Amino acid sequence: MNKLTLEAEGDRFVVVIRRFDAPPAAVYRAHLEPKLIQQWLLGPDGWSMPVCINEAKPGGRIRYEWSDGKGGGFSLTGEVLELEPPHRIVHVERMHLPDPTPDNHIVTTFVAEGAGTLMTMRMTLPDAETRKMMLSTGMEHGMEASYVRLERLSRQSGQ
Amino acid sequence: MVQQVGARLDASFAALSDATRRGVLDQLGRADASISDLAQKFNMTLTGMKKHVGVLEQAGLVSTEKVGRVRTCRLGPCRLDEETAWIERYRQLWAARFNELDTVVDELKQEEKRNGRKRR
Repeated sequence: MNKLTLEAEGDRFVVVIRRFDAPPAAVYRAHLEPKLIQQWLLGPDGWSMPVCINEAKPGGRIRYEWSDGKGGGFSLTGEVLELEPPHRIVHVERMHLPDPTPDNHIVTTFVAEGAGTLMTMRMTLPDAETRKMMLSTGMEHGMEASYVRLERLSRQSGQ
Repeated sequence: MVQQVGARLDASFAALSDATRRGVLDQLGRADASISDLAQKFNMTLTGMKKHVGVLEQAGLVSTEKVGRVRTCRLGPCRLDEETAWIERYRQLWAARFNELDTVVDELKQEEKRNGRKRR
């Protein structure tokens, strides 16, 4: 099982660790090529990402827009800071809800482990308040959809 | 330890997947109440409310105590603190994303294999 760990560390950090059954080059590519990003960087259940820009070079712009297909949506913008293919991506990003949130500084590393990859994503927020906002915003957006999904699942399993 | 927390959260979120049960927790956050108080408040049969309280109790979100003929409910030992709940929700978002990413990188791997063969 490629289990995910996601932990809040100290006041300002979030650390995400996940293993993949593919070499670092593949996982690295999937983080930078818009066509690939659109397939996996999901929003809430049933949403899509119609706009996906990632100029994969230092100083390059990032812009992702999620849509619920009914006029609702939110976006993320950022900049690529450093690239070390296929081992390391450093970028900043912020959500627009619609006001921009303070920058989230993210270092993502891809380390070969056997035939697979150990990926570590280390997010640094400017302060505890911003981290709280980021975590709780994810919740607001995902919450209702997830509850609906859970309700459906628990109804099914209750039958 | 981490796995235990995960299992507990699964039970908690399953318990929380129902609007009435979320309402009951909200209510108990303000004051303890008997099952019949709760049934009345949520316009429900006693049996229906007992079921909901049972689910919450199993998840450790509520504890009950019977004194005489009255069963009193209060928030349980495993109530979710807000931050834990947020992190869990955020984790679920990334878990869903990375499951999709598994598919994406698997396709890249296959593609690479085919290209490699062609080159040789």
